Amino acid sequence: MIGQLAERANADPLLVHRGRFIDTRFLLSVGDRDWLIRILDGRVIDIAEGPFVMPRYTFALRASAADWDAFWSPAPRPGYHDLFALIRFKRLAVEGDMHSFMANLFYFKGLLAKLRRTA
Amino acid sequence: MSEALFEPIVGRYLRLDLLGKSHRLYVEEAGQGIPLLCLHTAGSDARQYRAILNDPDVTSRFRVIAFDLPWHGKSSPPEGWHLEPEYRLTAADYRAIVTGVAQAMGLDRPVVMGCSIGGRIVLHLALEHPDAFRAVIGLQSGGHVDPYYDTQWLYRPDVHGEVASAVVSGLIGPSATDANRWETLWHYMQGGPGIFKGDLYFYKVDGDIRPRLGEIDVTRCPVYLLTGEYDYSCTPEDTLAAARAIGQGTQAIIMEGMGHFPMSEDPEGLLAHLRPVLDRIVGV
Repeated sequence: MIGQLAERANADPLLVHRGRFIDTRFLLSVGDRDWLIRILDGRVIDIAEGPFVMPRYTFALRASAADWDAFWSPAPRPGYHDLFALIRFKRLAVEGDMHSFMANLFYFKGLLAKLRRTA
Repeated sequence: MSEALFEPIVGRYLRLDLLGKSHRLYVEEAGQGIPLLCLHTAGSDARQYRAILNDPDVTSRFRVIAFDLPWHGKSSPPEGWHLEPEYRLTAADYRAIVTGVAQAMGLDRPVVMGCSIGGRIVLHLALEHPDAFRAVIGLQSGGHVDPYYDTQWLYRPDVHGEVASAVVSGLIGPSATDANRWETLWHYMQGGPGIFKGDLYFYKVDGDIRPRLGEIDVTRCPVYLLTGEYDYSCTPEDTLAAARAIGQGTQAIIMEGMGHFPMSEDPEGLLAHLRPVLDRIVGV
């Protein structure tokens, strides 16, 4: 599923525009599986699946597989419907240098929501 | 195209002294009857109450008044503001502003309705000034919220102030229309630098009223609490806990599909729950 991220995100011109100043690589951790996702000028240009030896990334988003699954459901229930809802209830950890994440928060909320399943 | 029309809302500037300084506050009002003073959320302004001010059923019975807090919306900061390193709202100042505005406008025991920080201050008002208010209505109202993110991100020159809007975007529930969702977020995008952060000082640090909720006397000042189920800032559990702590039969209404800004994100949904509360206040 994570593999669909580039296609879905890059096909959304408004999202790409929102992220037009981003140049970062972040780690997406879904339970015990990891992905390194490279964003440049608002486009997802590379996705690599772990496991990794000495991965380099700027910030990491880590949650359990069950919590991401609830977040990516078509109509998430309260508390699972937004990245900050996950953060609030300590289900999502944001680690590292999160400057790009916070400065482009609408982009990253939109990006992660691209993996939401359709009803 | 639809025909142009003026809404029944009238906006004026009120000059008054608050906290020892001259202020120029922007005040909107509509309707006649019992004064209903409306308080906006942190980092936003009184436009959040546009639908309540435009509702003929409410304005036929209430004089609805919504003002922009100092530093918010069209209310300027007081002269000399540029000499303060950071704006910060305290519980004492917030109480003085609301009671000061009510007094300056000559309101006779208004009902005060506030959301979020406004929902918190109405609990302080019910506790400290029970005879000055006919009743208080707390939207997204709880005794305290622990910080769950670093609010430094809300005010720094290398992060655009639009972040305030992005932080709160998920607080809006799925029942909101796109138009109301993005209107609500636009207000946040227009907040002055550091103002949302400064309001959160009251919300997350200075305004904790949990230990004193049991001292509120609802026979002198009735308390009504309404909270949207998708709010993760003031959660339904926070509101239910506040209702239990106030006791004396205080009820909390949890509103399905709604989030943290019910009057702005889903006004019709809110009004379905609010009308019976207003009926009780009027004495129907």
